[in-house]
Amino acid sequence: MNDPVFVAGTGIISAIGNNTAECLDALENSRAGIDNMQYFDSVHRQKIPVAEVKLDNVALAKLSGLANTKSRTALLSLVAAKEAISNAGIKNIAALRTGFISANSVGGMDKTEKFFAEFLSNNQRGKLRDVVHHECGSITELVADQLGIKDYVTTISTACSSSANAIFFGARLIKNNILDVVVAGGTDALTKFTLNGFNTLMILDEQFCQPFDENRRGLNLGEGAGYIVLVSEKVAAFLSKKPTVKLSGWCNANDAYHQTASSPDGNGSFLAMSGALKKSGLLPQDIDYINLHGTGTQNNDIAEGTAIKRLFDPQYPRMSSTKAFTGHTLGASGGIEAVFSILAIQQGIIYPNLRLQTPMKELPFMPVTDFIKNTNVKHVLSNSFGFGGNCSSLIFSKL
Amino acid sequence: MYIRATGNISPQKTFGHPPFLSEPVEYSGNRLACIEPDYKGLIDAKLIRRMSRIIRMGVAAAMECLQEAGVTKPDAIVTGTAYGCMEDTGLFLTRMVEFNEELLTPTAFIQSTHNTIGAQIGLLLQCNNYNNAFVHRGFSFESALLDGMMLLKEKEATNVLVGAIDEITNISHAILNRMGLYKQGQVSNGELFKTIGIGTKGTIAGEGASFFLLANEPSATDYAKLEGLKTFYKPQGIEEIEAHISSFLAAQSIGLDEIDLIITGKNGDAKSDEIFAQLQHRIFSRSNLVNYKNLCGEYPTATAFALWLAANIIKSETMPTVLEYTGPKEKPIKRILIYDHYQSVHHSLLLISAC
Repeated sequence: MNDPVFVAGTGIISAIGNNTAECLDALENSRAGIDNMQYFDSVHRQKIPVAEVKLDNVALAKLSGLANTKSRTALLSLVAAKEAISNAGIKNIAALRTGFISANSVGGMDKTEKFFAEFLSNNQRGKLRDVVHHECGSITELVADQLGIKDYVTTISTACSSSANAIFFGARLIKNNILDVVVAGGTDALTKFTLNGFNTLMILDEQFCQPFDENRRGLNLGEGAGYIVLVSEKVAAFLSKKPTVKLSGWCNANDAYHQTASSPDGNGSFLAMSGALKKSGLLPQDIDYINLHGTGTQNNDIAEGTAIKRLFDPQYPRMSSTKAFTGHTLGASGGIEAVFSILAIQQGIIYPNLRLQTPMKELPFMPVTDFIKNTNVKHVLSNSFGFGGNCSSLIFSKL
Repeated sequence: MYIRATGNISPQKTFGHPPFLSEPVEYSGNRLACIEPDYKGLIDAKLIRRMSRIIRMGVAAAMECLQEAGVTKPDAIVTGTAYGCMEDTGLFLTRMVEFNEELLTPTAFIQSTHNTIGAQIGLLLQCNNYNNAFVHRGFSFESALLDGMMLLKEKEATNVLVGAIDEITNISHAILNRMGLYKQGQVSNGELFKTIGIGTKGTIAGEGASFFLLANEPSATDYAKLEGLKTFYKPQGIEEIEAHISSFLAAQSIGLDEIDLIITGKNGDAKSDEIFAQLQHRIFSRSNLVNYKNLCGEYPTATAFALWLAANIIKSETMPTVLEYTGPKEKPIKRILIYDHYQSVHHSLLLISAC
């Protein structure tokens, strides 16, 4: 139970790139993926910018190998999961006890919406094939079946912290000797359901979002998928490409304050971060970089910032929110940001918090605004906080 | 680990710990609905009004479970739901389509997220501890249970609240009906395994909210010991299913002859029941079997009802007549195996025994 769990591979697709190399290039060159809607259809097209993956479903289907009639959530998931597995270079995956733990927030909702418009006019109408993969778990199974993974398959959905929970759940399945290899992370496609939901909450920014800025106005929704391949020590020993990063800590705590709002003192965030530190046996000053949840909403950024102040003051690590690049990808964000956190360690880089102009006046620290190269990054804390008070933090460490 | 308390809202009289299934409720039609309790005394009246039906049922079942256990803040809250909050999802979708993405209000959206029930329980209890939600079709409950069992094993928790919640709404029933999941014509749950169950397609829809308090340490009032859990996905044929059952029992160092009762998940659908029928002639040929989906209907997290049933058979040392048990009456039921599958895709095994 005390054996370490290693990161053998990563895979990603987001608004700033269809694979790891493209995403890294965008991060280095401060190229955000937020724009007017091009592929996604909504009446809010001219008003609300989003961070779309720059491929339509036909192109995504070609890239993934799934039929283009399937939910975009599954198409995105398969692209990133395939990259993660190929990046890990595990040759005999079928001979190992392998699991797929994926997260998403609304399953095949993009197709359900299509179905629903017809169904409402007459409940005998609407193509059933558009609603058959509505369930969150069904998206995971479409992808698991393509990957040939069947030893353990499950789905987690705790709103915006979903894939962080999927990642540590996968690690625990390895630590409990249930599995040898786990592909863990999450996926979400833009849907009208989510866009309109967030719009009713009045937390969408009609401009490009500015996380941790005094004048922040809200978040931009994004889409994508991010997965990491976790392996046991035994499997790691056989890999030709030796892992350089391990998942050293995690914690899931609940803010228990409000269904959608964070407590002013960021209690849940504080508990998640301090719990993850405790689990890893590290001290706050050991953390070299925090990948912030940093959505850009008034409420999240002050709660998260206050929790960071409580935990780290007076010695703050470098930190940034990459949501200024990718938008808030909800159920995928923990997976995408886990990939960024791991890359930060592997490549010795730190990402800029784009568009940060005025630091928040309540906070004595400020996120990084430039891309930093050739820096030693040993321990990274990644935050994912969601509706329902769900707060999860992960810590990745250099071996 | 031990099952210290339960809370169950189902289409049967199960809430508030009434006599154990002594008055089975019969329904006509292919949809069984939960019997909702009087929520007063369990949840604040103001809060109840704001909650949709599935949230009310989930929160109430959880509260009853915690009250029975005498636990105010569990070390973890883990829920499983395949469909999530369908009523709120349907409501928001309907308005979104009808008003063409304008004039929407946030309540239904806020309550539609799959972790709403676990979150509401955490909020009511002011509980900052671990809170997770699994949403994997016929594995939703089993995944939540595995998470809870691992937390106890890892010593991250001394007690965990684990539950399963799924509802049927008019919309979901209409869609699943079109997919051919349910029986057509005159049906009743009381006859599910009799005339109508023979060789016809479809089952009857069910729903439920079942919670369990699992603990590391025994107490004087425990229901049973939870010995083991195993799931397997899309097995290729009956041999593979048998191999999984055998390896599960071997891992528990137990033989089938040491199991007093097997609860299987027959649901009246000819194709689905074929697996159970085959096993009855093979690996389970000498076992005492009962079925339960005539009581709660079929839904992806129905195994939670089966676990509640098994825990109560062991604790009360009684076998409800409605189960039509034909095994030896003089032999006490000390060990129960639950084997279930959902649409031949999600298979699970659960072993519980007397304390």
